[in-house]
Amino acid sequence: MTDVVIVGGGIAGQAVAERLREYRHTGTITILAGEERAPYDRVQLSKLLEGADPEDLRLRPESWYDDHDVTLRLGVVVDAIDRSTASLLTRCGERIPYGRLVVATGSEPLVPPIVGSDKGNVFVFRTPEDCVGILAAARGAKRVCVLGGGLLGLEAARGIVAHGIPTTVVHLMDRLMERQLDGQSARMLTERMAGLDVEVLLGRSTQEVIGNGVVTGLRFADGETLECDVLVISAGIRPNVELARAAGLDCNRGVLVDDALVTSDPAVLAVGECAEHRGVVHGLVAPIFDQAKVAAATIAGTVTEPYAGSVPSATLKVMGIDLVSAGNAMADGGVALVDPERGVYRRLVVTDGRATGAILMGDTTGAEALLSLVARSAEVADPLEALAEAARSDVTALSDDTQICSCNGVSKGEITCAIRERGLKAPSEVYAVTRAGTGCGSCKSLVAKLVEAETGASAAEPAYLCPCRMLTREQVVDTIRSGGLRSASDVGDACGAGRDCAACKPAVAYLVSLVNANRHDEERQARFINDRVHANIQRDGTFSVVPRIYGGVTSPDELRRIADVADRYDVGMVKITGGQRIDLLGVRKDQLPDIWRDLGMPSGHAYAKAVRTVKTCVGTDFCRFGIGDAIGLGIELEKAWEGIHTPHKVKSAVSGCPRNCAESLVKDIGIVAVEGGWEILIGGAAGATVRRGDLLARVDNGQEVLSVASTFLQYYRENADYLERTYAFVDRVGIDVVRTAVLDEESGEPQALRERFALAKAAVGDPWKDAAAAPDGAFTDLGEDPEPALVGPPADGVMVGRGA
Amino acid sequence: MSVKEERLVAVGRVEDIPLNEGKAVTVAGRAIALFHTDDGFRAIAALCPHRGGPLADGLVGGGVVICPLHGWRIDLSCGDVVAGGEGSVPVYPVVERDGWLYLEVGP
Repeated sequence: MTDVVIVGGGIAGQAVAERLREYRHTGTITILAGEERAPYDRVQLSKLLEGADPEDLRLRPESWYDDHDVTLRLGVVVDAIDRSTASLLTRCGERIPYGRLVVATGSEPLVPPIVGSDKGNVFVFRTPEDCVGILAAARGAKRVCVLGGGLLGLEAARGIVAHGIPTTVVHLMDRLMERQLDGQSARMLTERMAGLDVEVLLGRSTQEVIGNGVVTGLRFADGETLECDVLVISAGIRPNVELARAAGLDCNRGVLVDDALVTSDPAVLAVGECAEHRGVVHGLVAPIFDQAKVAAATIAGTVTEPYAGSVPSATLKVMGIDLVSAGNAMADGGVALVDPERGVYRRLVVTDGRATGAILMGDTTGAEALLSLVARSAEVADPLEALAEAARSDVTALSDDTQICSCNGVSKGEITCAIRERGLKAPSEVYAVTRAGTGCGSCKSLVAKLVEAETGASAAEPAYLCPCRMLTREQVVDTIRSGGLRSASDVGDACGAGRDCAACKPAVAYLVSLVNANRHDEERQARFINDRVHANIQRDGTFSVVPRIYGGVTSPDELRRIADVADRYDVGMVKITGGQRIDLLGVRKDQLPDIWRDLGMPSGHAYAKAVRTVKTCVGTDFCRFGIGDAIGLGIELEKAWEGIHTPHKVKSAVSGCPRNCAESLVKDIGIVAVEGGWEILIGGAAGATVRRGDLLARVDNGQEVLSVASTFLQYYRENADYLERTYAFVDRVGIDVVRTAVLDEESGEPQALRERFALAKAAVGDPWKDAAAAPDGAFTDLGEDPEPALVGPPADGVMVGRGA
Repeated sequence: MSVKEERLVAVGRVEDIPLNEGKAVTVAGRAIALFHTDDGFRAIAALCPHRGGPLADGLVGGGVVICPLHGWRIDLSCGDVVAGGEGSVPVYPVVERDGWLYLEVGP
């Protein structure tokens, strides 16, 4: 029984601790992390630039350390290893003894010796704090330069350009990711990056960072300059070996380790980016997991294969570009399949009859199979056949040691073993137990296939409306219909939906209103807070108020009233929304009824799963290109749909000509004037998902638009899952099915849909006007000084007060 | 949980909080969310340990409140976060007497 101390709270240190417990190591395990942050997945760092929460990158929740009896100490910087007494000295003067020591100090960013690289707004890309700094500096920047066109640099560039900030990657070499790609795939990648609006400059040697204190540009060796306000340096890493070197451990570039990951001191091991094995220092994540396994086995005394090195593999985590590279992908030999049209490049490198490298871009099907060939240096008689076979490969046919999740180093064998031994039935359970699928998520479909193969059941869980009671939307609708139920509580009584947890109550409330054509018994308790108070909750618990402005056309009188309200209630911010409306932000809940009264305008339903806005262009009223009355039709549609609740929000637009200034092509319902009539598009989106709407119909006039589009709206209301946007819904059921349901008048169904829509519309009120009739206290916290004063005073004598 | 009479503070009437809803209140400088559940009244700290979301505005059911900001779920009896993340919030005893609701707030 040995007490293990791990210096370094990164992926490597965490992986060693996990493997030690897996190998039933019984001694204590202590992780000393220099950062004030629990071990996180640095591989996913660029997600932070795209807006993710650092917490989401956390490798294990706090409870894991308790459950596995691993002591995690944050912010402990180790100053020295005292090998003579087998102990560590911390910066705070503490002495920590160890039985076995694991050096997992990782690496730090390499900053090339460029004049002026110490100027302001020059960042490295290594920690969550770097991301915060980069984003803050990049806001409003005219250009951000990323120095280095490797994996990390490209991911950083993508994260920055996603904010709409012009971004240029400056790379010293003549091709991107030169250690992972060959010439042709690198050229294709450059094109793909350009498609994402990332400019790529190759073969540029940066000589100087220009600027007076703060970076304003770069000067290259050829004398040319490039202006930029922010510079992100991602030019490689340097192993952190100072601690080990000072302790007299043998070091070269990294800390030298043998095949058991042991350093020149038998009591000390080294793992990860700080370790050098057979002359190789790895900077990618997959080898770290291989090393952690062997290091843990060495300590725990578990018999295992000695570490014989890793075949490096890299996965580019840039949204919209699928790219996997493994082994020595630059060597000659082997075969490549290229489809420039689809941006697909698939290559298997074969040297002396054995698989030594692979590159898959644009289509990574079968990556696991090819990586497995490369990892094993498998003999390949016919490279073309091997590539084709990989494309057809079935995950169940892969060998057990094939890595399925390269983010977390989980093999196929580990997943199937977990499914069998722990009786896992759903992919989500596999994610939780093995952590496969919790990194970039690209292996989730493979995990699902493995679950299907192992359990013999479909891993596709039905889309339950109420997962607690395993009730689908159809079952709940049947329950409401057959029982003549009128409230969410009735549904809870009848089938239990919403009883075990409250998550599905809003969906149940929606279905009750749908089936009863809005003649149901409304229950505040079943509604999300937005629908209780008819306003949109904000991050600080305040609310936003968006009055209805039909078609986006307002008047001086309305604007004056809005301005007066903003002044009178000290509204935090007045903002024009993307849907051509005006948003009053930072409003307290108790102010809402007064604000509505003073505005004297109907609710804009900006808080609800409902028809939101109909955005318009100026159409024939003013535009010299307009061929249809976009404003007139937009206002008519908005009035017809106002107050109609839907499974998810519905954004709409009417454009007066095919120039589409109202962005009709990317709306849930988009209308475009064309010569001789109008086109109706459905299922468009331009949010997290971008989808061009499908053409539903081309009609002659505005009345037909109203009729057909309203028919679709009702079809969506009745058939989509709750919280399923039209783009997902249309994609799921197929545009042909929708067309038949909405347009085939002979079936009688379109007419029935229109009748049910009219019935629902007839019972719609305005929530802001109706709020006058809301129960007392609906918008306030508990009041001050209730009648019977204190039974006894609390210790500090403060009485009942009102919440903010 | 034994109740210390001298620490009870009246905060409102039973009918102030409809079934399966919550209300915020500040007692002795503490922001508290009071809930009316199927099993009676429950009180926990008012702010979600994740990002300070107003728990009194959350959906209530099955002994759990769902924070309206990011959906963390908190057990109303013990204050533990049961889904979304890790953590817990303080729990306060509630006494119902003659239609009045009292909170017991410790020193």
